[in-house]
Formats: sequence, structure tokens, C-alpha cells
Amino acid sequence: MFAAPGRAREHYGALHGALQTLSRPDFEERCSARDHAFRDQGITFSFSGEERPFPLDLVPRVLGGDEWKTIEAGVRQRVRTLEAFLADVYGPGEILGAGVVPRTLVMTSSHYHRSVWGVTSRNGVRVHVAGIDLVRGADGRFRVLEDNLRTPSGVSYVVENRTAMTHVFPELFASHRVRQVSDYPARLLEALRVSAPAVGEPTIVVLTPGVHNAAYFEHSFLARRMGVELVEGRDLVCHGNSVFMRTTAGERRVDVVYRRIDDDFLDPLQFRPDSTLGCPGIVNAARAGNVTIANAAGNGVADDKAIYPFVPAMMRFYLGEEPILPNVDTFRLENPDERAWALERLDRLVFKPVDGSGGYGIVIGPQASEPVLEELRHKIVADPRGWIAQEPVALSTSPTYTGDGMRARHVDLRPFAVNDGNDVWVLPGGLTRVALPAGSLIVNSSQGGGSKDTWVLADESDRSGARGGFGTDADPAESRPRSVVAAAAARPPTDAPQATQASQQ
Amino acid sequence: MLSRIAESLYWVGRYCERAEDTARLLDVYYHLLLEERGIDEVAASRGILEVMGVDLEQLPDEPDATTVTDLLAWDPSSTGSIASSLRGAWENARGAREAISSEMWETLNSTYRAIAPGSVRASGPAQHRFFAWVRDRAATLAGLADSTLSRDDGWHFLALGRSVERADMTTRLLSAHCGESLGPSRWTTLLRSCSAYEAYLRTYHRAVDASSAVEFLVLDRMFPRSVFHALSAAETCLVELDPRASRASNHGEARRLLGRKCSELAYLRVDDMLADLGREVESLQSTCARVHTAVADRYFPEAYTIEWSV
Repeated sequence: MFAAPGRAREHYGALHGALQTLSRPDFEERCSARDHAFRDQGITFSFSGEERPFPLDLVPRVLGGDEWKTIEAGVRQRVRTLEAFLADVYGPGEILGAGVVPRTLVMTSSHYHRSVWGVTSRNGVRVHVAGIDLVRGADGRFRVLEDNLRTPSGVSYVVENRTAMTHVFPELFASHRVRQVSDYPARLLEALRVSAPAVGEPTIVVLTPGVHNAAYFEHSFLARRMGVELVEGRDLVCHGNSVFMRTTAGERRVDVVYRRIDDDFLDPLQFRPDSTLGCPGIVNAARAGNVTIANAAGNGVADDKAIYPFVPAMMRFYLGEEPILPNVDTFRLENPDERAWALERLDRLVFKPVDGSGGYGIVIGPQASEPVLEELRHKIVADPRGWIAQEPVALSTSPTYTGDGMRARHVDLRPFAVNDGNDVWVLPGGLTRVALPAGSLIVNSSQGGGSKDTWVLADESDRSGARGGFGTDADPAESRPRSVVAAAAARPPTDAPQATQASQQ
Repeated sequence: MLSRIAESLYWVGRYCERAEDTARLLDVYYHLLLEERGIDEVAASRGILEVMGVDLEQLPDEPDATTVTDLLAWDPSSTGSIASSLRGAWENARGAREAISSEMWETLNSTYRAIAPGSVRASGPAQHRFFAWVRDRAATLAGLADSTLSRDDGWHFLALGRSVERADMTTRLLSAHCGESLGPSRWTTLLRSCSAYEAYLRTYHRAVDASSAVEFLVLDRMFPRSVFHALSAAETCLVELDPRASRASNHGEARRLLGRKCSELAYLRVDDMLADLGREVESLQSTCARVHTAVADRYFPEAYTIEWSV
């Protein structure tokens, strides 16, 4: 939020001013209004077996129009690339033939499924929804931390956070023109509709594992806002290579399944045979072209963390473009030299399992104990394909209301993109996740993370549009207007007042 | 609509109605104990627990007012308690959130949270407020359903559940009054526990006796909690759910049972009914149970689970 102690950055000015006028009891009162509303609406998640209101921090995060232009273009470019990669590895395999991405790496990915080779939807889309996790590092640039192309979650909180903020803090919106996020379900519905197998009015459903799933609220939210049925695996039945749902008036044909079940559980005939959550036969129905599975099965190969280092090369290969949003420096432990180098620096790097999600299994070297690092060493030696190492990113921080008042906490950003085959639309905003414990870098809500409403300012965006966007064929840093580069260089590494204390170590 | 959702909505209707009726019953019972000094508390408590289907074998020898409110209001493990009914409604609604309006869900969710395990139990004079609160919440839910739901299949399943439960509860209350010769005050109590006393007075303009009380609670065509009215409402829902006209009687088992019972009640003399009230009430109870089974068989087929051997 701050350019220097006590001096707010330009696009935070109005917000900073408004927050200055609030007393602490007043702020506390807004917090309790928020918890009350979330509890009544059932916007909760289970944390260690207890249902808690979803933790929304009431200080919004503001993204200036210029910042957002970069993110939007970068996410769009990323999704187009990964879409092309999936079409390629489940098709001709040109990138493998060209040696740009090693064939063994793709074939050994636990999420590469031969059984869906050649299965595609009518408009060719596999990544209907993507969530691209971004972090802002010490140089002020946003970088891609990881891609989520399977069943990225969190978008319902983006919409509900905004609704809650307008109820709790209406006066903040009076001084800002914030771009709206509420049309996400309509965009998703349209993208699902155009991917349906047959022309005509398709029947679309959302497939959930059930009420006990941590993201059930979101599944129900999306079904409700799209006006479609929310089905469980037991509601579906396949015969004649078509999918039907059981209704009170008999079986009804289903054309598009927006599934929120992992590949493993989707179809016991193809994947885990003990799964009772999915629908036996659905993959064959998709292969026969009678149903569209969204997101497509097998997408996990493209967000495998061992594939991640190759995404910039893919961009050059498929699009002939340089990445607008760079990767975080990543070491492939499969490579003997890099592995030896990384094993000597266990206490200085971040280690991630390649097929994990939700923050599980990540070891942050500088914060880990000796036994944990020793165990990690054994795991890496036993399964080098299963791990990557990254330089720790000094995640930016943002002022967050804690029990002790406003404190700097680390944040990331997950923008959501919807691909309808013609265009990749990026929801203006996205989910800002915040690590609530002091010093923590893990922002996942399953691990004690919270969230912030994320504002993309409308008027700023218009102005930067007039100035001209960033080129996509050259390093964006070089094509930035000089003044922006200067501002970025002058800016301290974080947008928080206590920049030095909040750094990683 | 999805069979699973239809079943959930049916149960939301049933459980909400059950919670409301139980609250009304307990409120009347509670005031009866306070007002009528000479009443045998143990017998009255035993009676009310029996009506609500509590297993008497499991009870302490001398159940009293505390036993009754524990078992029928608060105990989440006792089927038929207000707490377990509201939990049932909440659980079913949670799996069918996209099929009901957000207003309904929020009301049900906040109601459930207020009585969920760990919340403060009302006692003493607060009990009356608690029972009134349950009725208020139930009325709010019914009103929201009425004003926010489309009259589609979902609505008809909700209303069907409500009507079947209402008929069932009214006959249950009646069954407690069979086989005894009761004073007018007990018939008044019965009417009050169905919120029927004032409506009765406006209709009959005279003191309560067995004949007119039974007539009003079972046969009245205008009072919405009478058995006849509830069963007719249930039949209407089934007609709406399957509007195909048929020249012969091929309407499905549930509709046949309901239609037959309604016709029977429509032409039944109250004296004939009183002559063997026990048998009539039993027959009504059995109709409710059979209608439920028939509806479940037709609309809520159990999804078969496939077991795989590898």
C-alpha cells in the first residue's frame, strides 16, 4: 500500500484516507458484521474439523490499471500457451518431437493420462477455467508461481468477498471505481455452452463430490448462479456412450459436465477403480463426442510443477512470444547437476512436490527444522522426478487487520481465466490470499490463510489503455514507459510499511 | 428435477413442519402443567412421549416435564426432537442449496446454528420464548418458500412433504385422545396444540366437545391443519407433479391412496368416526405411512452403488 513509510502509493491514496478516519472499535464492528453475514449464508470452510466463516480481511488490495493490464495480458498468454501444449501432447506431440519439452518428462507425469489421448471438445477447449497463481517479488514484478488447470477453486470467494465488502464498507466504494466481478458465472456458463457437443440448447451440470467436500460451497454457488443442476456422481448414469442424470421424470441427457472432481475419481473405468464419487463410463462418452468434460481430463500434465520450467519455452514454440509474466527461478531435481547443487542448499531453497496442490508437502528450507530437511533429502534422492526447488520469493505484503491492529502480511494473487475457445477472459480482480500468521509464506486457506477483496480500478485502466499497452513480443520490462520503470525501481520491495521486517527470513 | 434434490426438498418440507408442530405441542403441554394444578405430570409426560414415538422402554420410570423437553426439544439424537428435525431440514437443504432460494437457506442455516449442539438451552420461562421462536422461524421459512420459489416440481415436493407431515402429526395428536373419555378441557388442549382453537370457536360458536373437536380436526375442509385439508393438499401436489390425464385409474399408488382416503373422509359421518376413533386414526396413520412409501418408490429411486472387483 505504501511507497514509503506513511506515504501511500498513488492508487491506494483514497483508500488510505478512508481507513484513516475509522476508529478501532468501528473497524471491529465491521468485522463482526462480516462474520455474522458469512455464517448466516453458510460461507464457511472446515478448518481442523471446525466450520469457520471464510476469513476475509477487510482491507482491500488495490491493483492499479497499469499493473492489471500486465497481469491480464500475461494470464491470457499463459492460458493460450498451456491450451496449445495440452492439444499437442494429447495429439500430434510436435513439441516433444522438437525436443523443446522432454518426452520422458511428459510421459512420467502422474497426471498424463493415455486414456484421454485424442479426446477433445467440440471447440477444442481443454482449459475452460484456469487459476494462475502470481506473486509479486522484491523487484515489484508479478511472477507466475504455479498454474492450476484442473479444478481451480476460490472464485466464489472473489464474488462473495465483494458482496460482503459492499455491505460492510459501502463508503469505500463511493471513492473508487472498482471493476465488477459478479459476471463470472455468466461468462463460465457461456464458455461451457459453446463447448457442448451438439448444436442446440445443451444441458449443463456441475459435478460435485458432495456436501462434505471443502469446496462444496463453491460448487453450489456456481450451480446456483449459472442456473444449472448440481449433481453428484450417483445422480449420473452412462449408457450407449451418453451421460444421463436421474430425474423425477426419468433419465435426462447431459451435454456438458463442469466437474469439480479430480481426474482420479472421475471415472472408475479409467482411473481409480475404487472411486464411488464419479460416473463410470463418462470418459468413453467424452471420447465418443457425446459429452464435454470441463475442465478436460488429463490437464494435470500441464500444471505439473516439473513441466512448469518449460512454459516460457512453450510460449516461444507455440506463440513466438516472450513471457509477459516471468516464472520464478526453478531447479529440476531430475537433472543430476541441479540436484547436487540444490541438495547442498536445502536450507536456502523452497521444495515442492510436482503433483501437489493446496500447499501440501511444500518445504520452505529457511524455516524448516533439521529432521524435516533430512527427510526431504531422502525423498528427493529416492524420487527426483517428484520434486522441484525454487529460490524463495520475498512475497510482497499488504496491510492486514490482525488482533494487534494493522500488520504487514504476505499475499499472493490468483486471477481466474475463462476460455470460450475464441477468447481468454480474465476476471478483473481475482483471489488475493493472505498468510495470516506473522512471517508465514503459506497462503492456502487449508493452512490458515485468509483472503482480501481485490480491486482493479476502472478509471486507471482506461488511462493506461490510452497510453498503449505493453508489447507482447519483447521483454515487458523494456517496453514499459520509462516513468513506470522508474517508479518500480524507486519502490521498496513490498507495498507494506514494515518492508524490512516482513522480508522472508 | 434430480431425484436426489426432489427427495431433499420433500424432507425439508417434512422436517420443518415437524419442528413447528412439535414446538406448538410442547408449548401447550408446558402451559397445561403450569395451569392445571391437579394434573398427573408423569402420566401426561408419558402420553406425550408415546405420541411422538419415543421408545418408552428407554425412559426413566417417572418421566417429568424436564424429560419431555430434553427429549422432544433439545436432544439431537432423539428422533422427533425439534433439534433433530431442524438438523434434518438443514442437512437436506445443504445438499439442495441451488434448488432453494438464498433467503430460505440463510433462514434455515441461522436457525440451525442457533440450536446446534453447544448452543445455550432455554429453560424456565424462556422455554415459551424458545417454542415461539421455533414457530416464528418455521413461519418465516414457509413464507419465504411461498414468496421466493417458482411453482415448479421442487416446490411441489416441498409442499408434498409438508402436507404429509402435517396430516401425520395431527393424527398422532388425535391418537393420544382415543380410548379415554376426556373432559372438554383436554379437547381444548388438543385444539390448541394444533393452533385450531380460535378457528374452532369462530366456526362452531360453542364450547368444545369430542364430536365437534374431532370433526374440526379431521373433516373440516377449510382449516389448513385438518387431516382432510392436509391430505387434499398432498393430493394436489401429486396431480401437479404428474399432470397427465388418464381415463382409467392409473395415477400411481400414492395418488390412489390419497384420493381414496380423501373421498372416504369427505362422506364420513363424524358419529361413525367417533364410534371407533382408534381404528379410524390407525387407518389414517397407515395411509400417511403408505403414501410416503409410494412417493419414495416412485420418485426417489435409490441409486445403486456399483462395486468393482479388480
